[in-house]
Amino acid sequence: MNYEIVLAGFGGQGILFAGKVLAYAGLLDGKEVSWLPSYGPEMRGGTANCSVCVSDEPIGSPLILDPQVLVAMNTPSFEKFINSVKPGGKVFVDSSMVDVKTDRTDIDVYYVPATQLATDNNMNGMANIILLGKLIKETEMFTLEQMEAGIRKTVPARKADLIDVNINAVKLGMAQ
Amino acid sequence: MERSLMKGNEALAEAAMRAGCKCFFGYPITPQTEISAYLAKKMASAGGLFLQAESEVAAINMVLGAASTGTRVMTSSSSPGISLKSEGISYIAGSDLPCVIINVQRGGPGLGGIQPSQADYWQATKGLGHGDFHVLVFAPASVQEMVDMVVRAFDKADEYRMPAMILADGLLGQMMEPVTFPEIKDNAPEKPWATNGHKNKREHNIINSLYLKPDVLENSVVERFERYKKIEETETDAECYLCDDADIVVCAFGATARVAKSAVNHAREKGIKAGLFRPKTLWPFPVKEINEASKNAKVLLSVEMSMGQMVDDIKLAINCSKPVEFYGRTGGVIPKPTEILAEIEKLGGVK
Repeated sequence: MNYEIVLAGFGGQGILFAGKVLAYAGLLDGKEVSWLPSYGPEMRGGTANCSVCVSDEPIGSPLILDPQVLVAMNTPSFEKFINSVKPGGKVFVDSSMVDVKTDRTDIDVYYVPATQLATDNNMNGMANIILLGKLIKETEMFTLEQMEAGIRKTVPARKADLIDVNINAVKLGMAQ
Repeated sequence: MERSLMKGNEALAEAAMRAGCKCFFGYPITPQTEISAYLAKKMASAGGLFLQAESEVAAINMVLGAASTGTRVMTSSSSPGISLKSEGISYIAGSDLPCVIINVQRGGPGLGGIQPSQADYWQATKGLGHGDFHVLVFAPASVQEMVDMVVRAFDKADEYRMPAMILADGLLGQMMEPVTFPEIKDNAPEKPWATNGHKNKREHNIINSLYLKPDVLENSVVERFERYKKIEETETDAECYLCDDADIVVCAFGATARVAKSAVNHAREKGIKAGLFRPKTLWPFPVKEINEASKNAKVLLSVEMSMGQMVDDIKLAINCSKPVEFYGRTGGVIPKPTEILAEIEKLGGVK
């Protein structure tokens, strides 16, 4: 296994959290993992992104410049990263938030109205996790059980009541 | 042992507490603020002291005071903040006091930027303040080494009665990786020199860096340099990766070494005999180790997030016996594996 993933969106959409869930799922699966956030003044209001590596081998650079997998949750992020995705890569787009499409035919792009789905299913703020559900279904990177374990590790103790809704959001994403 | 996922800054802070650090004095600056934030939360309940000083200058002088009492003490900053601390670091070195200083480097000079950099190599290894002195400089390349090296820094600082620095960078500080905390002990030795109160049971100790008589000052400096000589002989450390048969030895430390290792692996896949030499101590520079690692090499390539500050140390270490080339990015730009590979290919005769 060797996945290099970029997740990107607005600050507040749970980009860094979603990256941590993937990293923890990998860690619990015995893989080598790294998680690197963008940091600095762009965090508030602008775009936030993070690089996640999950691999059988020790990880070299944790900074991903040409990901195999991209999760894009707003238009500026989609436009910034879509052309850097490796040929054959997979892209997961929150189509409620991204109003453009790509012309690229050498990658698989999945448009999921994640924010709308979250609202419709009383899961506000879970668009990120819905996209992760779709991601693990299409990449077979992790099973539902592994994602569940990752979520249980990542959700802080004071928010433990949100674990179940996170897991349901993964299931909803997998059903798309 | 459980692997947990932690940021480099937080893992370092946790390890410092486990190593018996009882006082932390700091002032916030990106990209190291998580160290302060972590210790602000945890230090007091662990019986220690966290204090956010009014400035970097104040913080380093508080370190001097705490170190004088024999307490394990740490401060942390990033490049411009370390410059502010440099006067105090010289006083600490001149007073033969142990302490640990963290520099999570960002781009410079001046206020510079906030992205990762290694452009404080010269400052850390050659001139961290005025006067004749050195500090021990450790260069971690992973979150695990942020833990392991801070523990070692406390032990070695105490052993040699001198400041020790962890020269990290924004990438290592901000990234999360699996990390384990081995059984860490507070190995602080007896400190009979400490000014910690004695109720007239012994002669009083004096901590001082002022010697107005030149011959007395000279003696104190010479004694210190005898210690430095022993450190240069015994405390060097480095990682050698695929160096034995390497034609091209890439030299890189810290986060850059991770990128360079990927490039070395790619070069090997293409049939180019490349290896990686990674100094883990920057002062003392691993002279013996680099000569061993490059004994079969035709050329060395220093790769850094600076304009080539380590190149001269490499040339001196190998006595200019082989060409030393350089590739670097600076200002907060992280070199890509493909860029380093292209340099290796050039040196390997690949067009």
